[in-house]
Amino acid sequence: MAKKLLIVDDALSVRQLVAFTLKNAGYEVIEASNGEEGANKAKTNKVDMVITDLNMPVKDGISMIRDLRAMQEYKFTPIVMLTTESQEGKKQEGKQAGATAWIVKPFSPDQLLSVVKRVLG
Amino acid sequence: MENFEELFIQESLEMLEELEASLMELEENPEDENLIAKVFRIMHTLKGSSAMFGFDAISEFTHKIEDVYDRLRSGKMRLTSHLIDLSLAACDQIKLMLSDKSLGISDVRIAKILDDFQLLAEGKRKLLPTENESKPYISLTKKQSKKSDLSSERIYRIRFKPNQDITRRGVNVSFIIQELTDLGTSTVVAHTFDIPNLEEINPELIYVSWDIIITTNKTEEAIRDVFIFVEEDSVIDISIIDEVDMDDDSEFECKRIGQILIERGDIEPEELNRLFKDRKLIGQVMVERGLAHPDMVESAFAEQEHIRKTNQKKRQVAAKASIRVSAEKLDRLVDLVGELVTLQSKLTQFAISKGSDDLLRIAEEVERLAWDMRDNTMGLRMVPIGTLFSKFKRLVRELSSDIGKKVVLEMSGEDTELDKNVIELLNDPLVHIIRNSIDHGIEPPGERKARGKSEYGTISLSAKYSGADVIISISDDGKGIDIEKIRKKAEEKGLLTRGQDYTDKEILDCIFSPGFSTSENVSKISGRGVGMDVVKRNIESLRGNIEIDTQIGKGTTIILRLPLTLAIIDGLLIKTGDSTFVIPLPYILECVQVSTHDLSIFSADVIDIRGEAIPFIRLRDRFSIHGRTPDVEMMVVVEENGKKLGIIVDSVIGEHQTVIKNLGGAYEKIPDISGVTILGNGDIALILDVSALMSVDVLKTKGGV
Repeated sequence: MAKKLLIVDDALSVRQLVAFTLKNAGYEVIEASNGEEGANKAKTNKVDMVITDLNMPVKDGISMIRDLRAMQEYKFTPIVMLTTESQEGKKQEGKQAGATAWIVKPFSPDQLLSVVKRVLG
Repeated sequence: MENFEELFIQESLEMLEELEASLMELEENPEDENLIAKVFRIMHTLKGSSAMFGFDAISEFTHKIEDVYDRLRSGKMRLTSHLIDLSLAACDQIKLMLSDKSLGISDVRIAKILDDFQLLAEGKRKLLPTENESKPYISLTKKQSKKSDLSSERIYRIRFKPNQDITRRGVNVSFIIQELTDLGTSTVVAHTFDIPNLEEINPELIYVSWDIIITTNKTEEAIRDVFIFVEEDSVIDISIIDEVDMDDDSEFECKRIGQILIERGDIEPEELNRLFKDRKLIGQVMVERGLAHPDMVESAFAEQEHIRKTNQKKRQVAAKASIRVSAEKLDRLVDLVGELVTLQSKLTQFAISKGSDDLLRIAEEVERLAWDMRDNTMGLRMVPIGTLFSKFKRLVRELSSDIGKKVVLEMSGEDTELDKNVIELLNDPLVHIIRNSIDHGIEPPGERKARGKSEYGTISLSAKYSGADVIISISDDGKGIDIEKIRKKAEEKGLLTRGQDYTDKEILDCIFSPGFSTSENVSKISGRGVGMDVVKRNIESLRGNIEIDTQIGKGTTIILRLPLTLAIIDGLLIKTGDSTFVIPLPYILECVQVSTHDLSIFSADVIDIRGEAIPFIRLRDRFSIHGRTPDVEMMVVVEENGKKLGIIVDSVIGEHQTVIKNLGGAYEKIPDISGVTILGNGDIALILDVSALMSVDVLKTKGGV
């Protein structure tokens, strides 16, 4: 059965590009445009992995990760952060919130897939 | 992908509109933190997505503006209407950049906005936006170019020691190593010294750590990114160990093992120094003494090897411009070309004798080609004399400081090219001459000062072309040679007759006599009896000559005149009996027809040429050639160092340019013959050693004049 992935990004273009890449690779993809929508969709769909932007309106990525980790069913789900930040501070914050890995923008579809494959194992 | 790009542009334009609206709103409510956060977020999103879609300039541009808003957000600076103006201008600029992907960040308008942002962030509002506005842009583009330097290759050393339980988190270390090695050319060394005994091994743990040496044009950032999953749970140490710079043509030097280990902090420098007293391989010693773990040394070796290989590759790239060829191969080529030239003249002779115009035309073409080829081949052997000159810098420095003199070496004409063999053989004579200059020529600083000269003596080396010769001069501004002193010494040694008149040149030439040294006290530098006679002989063996010019108190100049190449000789072909000889053209003054009658006027072997008495030899006698002497003979008058000699031959055939071949080992020491050449018809002609012929006969006949 195809793995189900949630992609959360307020930038439609990036979100669609990621979704397109993942769908082509055979994954099932659910999209959300901010942290709140992301958390809600995660509640109604049990996803195998979450890919999220950090800076988003309504609810940012890091708050969403905290929300997800607070849910029993998302305690160990891999969460990958998409970020332009390469600063240590942001990484630490994400890590403490419970993120599993990073992808720094810009990334190529290949890079995305290789990270996804590694995280999903 | 294009659809996504369109989507991105559309989306960005919408975001920019939102940004503009927020900025206007912000102007009215400058304290609204939410608005500031919103502006920041939009900038940030723009930065991220523009990078995703290849709009690097926008990404970089927004990145810099974002910095300013970050300061604003954190309260480090205050919002001003100026900032709002600038931000709005930036919005317009981003729109332009969206429509034209080629607009770079170094574009003047973009650079100006960034510059203003920069000034604002630094709290220095630009007061006078006048002419010198353009200055900051220059510095900005410079920064740009620095950035592009990152594309050149570097060697990184990555030490990666994952926490033992890293696999429990689902991390596959081999993926990381794999990803790293994909970045460039790499050498991976695994350290296994932490692996415990079998019974203590926990199969879920990792006991291995790695040193990865990698040559890549990627940034350190890119390498760090490989470790994003594991950086928390590992010790990762990334350092640049060597920047691969193609412009650098200095000697490619590999790091030494000890150096590598110290850099890595694997051993202490003091420990290393102690080891240097031993002569064993340093790595081996370190292991023996337990200073470094064998693994560490091995890894250091791997690093050394990696750097060496990288350098080698670099060298291969550099080698495209020139190829190293062994001198032996080159000599063989010269030989072959020589034979080709010989064969070609044979062909020409044959064509003439056949009277075939067609054949002659072909022969002429072959001739042209053969000569071109010969010239080219000879050119291959040419090396600039600067390679030799530059060696003397050190010599001068060391010698002069040894004896407390101050000497500066000047050089000119370093790019004058000479046959490699000539250059090699020039080394010793030049060393000797320079030593003499430093020891006998240049005065000590005190003495120089007293004479009103600069404390620093100067030795100038120069080289220049003169026809088919190269003239090398070595001059110093020392005390010059005292001609009277030389005369006295020469008289003592019986080289000159007391009370007789000699030209300065004749007196100076005594310096070249064996065992002649005027230095009262023999110093360690020169004056040990191995004197200028050896220098002269060396230069003559190169078919060159040497002259001295000196002015007391002013200095001495020694002039060497050398042929460009040893491999070719311009000669005059002569015949005596059945034998053919070549006399090197540079020695020849003239050819005179002489009859037996002319030769028998004087009792000694001296002939009168236009009132001048010239000693002569008969080649027939000298080489015991059989056959009858013709009634009318030819005399070739040769000159060396102002002395003349007539060589009586049967007939003169003509000029002949030829490739010199060495006589075989068995004939090497035959006096009076310096080499041999093959003629067009396959015959062999011996090349006469004019200096040798002269040295004997001139002395012998001197008394008779």
